[in-house]
Amino acid sequence: MLKFLFTVIRRDVLLAGRRRGDWLTAQFFFVMVVSMFPLGIGPEPGMLRTIGPGVVWVAALLASLLSLDRLFADDYRDGTLEQMLLSPSPIALLTLGKAIAHWIINGIPLLLIAPLLGIQFNLPAEALWMLVLSLAIGTPILSLLGSIGAALTLGLRGGGALVTLLIMPLYVPALIFGAGAVEGVLSGTGSEAHLSLLGAFLMMSLLLAPWVSAMALRVSVE
Amino acid sequence: MNLYHYASPSTFYPLAGKLIPWFAALAFLLAIAGLYISFFVAPTDFQQGEGYRIIFIHVPAAWMSMFIYVVMAFWSAIGLAWNTRLSFVMARALAPTGAMFTFVALWTGAFWGKPMWGAWWVWDARLTSELILLFLYVGVMALQAAIDDPRRADRAGALLNLVGVINVPIIYFSVKWWNTLHQGSSVSLTRAPSMAQTMLWGMLIMALAAWMYTIAVALARARTLVLERERQTEWVRAQLEGQP
Repeated sequence: MLKFLFTVIRRDVLLAGRRRGDWLTAQFFFVMVVSMFPLGIGPEPGMLRTIGPGVVWVAALLASLLSLDRLFADDYRDGTLEQMLLSPSPIALLTLGKAIAHWIINGIPLLLIAPLLGIQFNLPAEALWMLVLSLAIGTPILSLLGSIGAALTLGLRGGGALVTLLIMPLYVPALIFGAGAVEGVLSGTGSEAHLSLLGAFLMMSLLLAPWVSAMALRVSVE
Repeated sequence: MNLYHYASPSTFYPLAGKLIPWFAALAFLLAIAGLYISFFVAPTDFQQGEGYRIIFIHVPAAWMSMFIYVVMAFWSAIGLAWNTRLSFVMARALAPTGAMFTFVALWTGAFWGKPMWGAWWVWDARLTSELILLFLYVGVMALQAAIDDPRRADRAGALLNLVGVINVPIIYFSVKWWNTLHQGSSVSLTRAPSMAQTMLWGMLIMALAAWMYTIAVALARARTLVLERERQTEWVRAQLEGQP
């Protein structure tokens, strides 16, 4: 079972490594979206510090959505996905593996870039650490919930825009608690409560999302 | 009694046809009674003046917006579990009405907020979660509209619906979770309501009217969906030829 999970993860990460262009697009999208905000709002440091955590979080959310429609689509197009669904291993493990791979490919780079962007927004060092920590807990949620949307919209016309429409509302708690944790550091009110709720949300998504997206895959492929 | 008997489209179609006028009439009468109480019987609020009367539309709409989502999730779960086509049809028929009530709740809330808070919109927890509820309705409807195969559309919509229903309790408890501007709920099951009896009656009757309206409209929509999906079958031909 675990072997199957690792095989799925390894395969997806390898495939992404072979096609770096696709993979880098989402990362640069993240950097560019964040950099647009000061240009639109103005370079006033106090203001940037207030909006910084929220902007970085929203951009992470969008970048994660952008890369979602490729989660199952490539395998679906060349028929690999159908073979995977026919295999005796549970489909929930497949979707879990895919979500984990998506996080390794898209989530971890976001964590590494985020502090640099935080510096652009004039965030102090403690807030930068909290930003990385909150993204570390939060981005797996984005990948897990996103896999549901990717499975539901598999092979539909306008799938990319549709997946945004379906999944964005479900991301709201992650956004609130994630950005709230950084805000808590900035305002000195503490961020344990936010992090705990974010962790609880992660546990819940980890438990439920793979099953739901497995069911969604079955609905979409049958 | 066999429930599957009523789950069959050929039984449902004529039965719904008979029930719709009754629910529509009930909705109409209750709405008239409720509006009369709201505008002429209920006393003026000593803090909010006449402006508070918008709650007679606002609160029932907000209740229905959440309730319909839960009912949709209920039918979705039944449909996924027992594979009954009619359950999916019911879930699908409810979605536009639910979205409509969510929009009405937001819209009337803005009208109430302007004189009371001095702002059309504030980013308070309940407003925000109602807005997210609207997004969830739109998401389900968009997904169902994008899929041509009705079988897949039903199932995909049902799954999304069940995922989204987690949001409804968050809406309800958001008042407690986030410390916000929105006044706490005035109606509660555990303690006496902090409003005049007539106001409460007006609101409850309006809520009942909204409820009956929802049933009538959902049944009518479900009938059309059934007709559309069963158009090749014998009973539809018999039904339609039976009518002049």
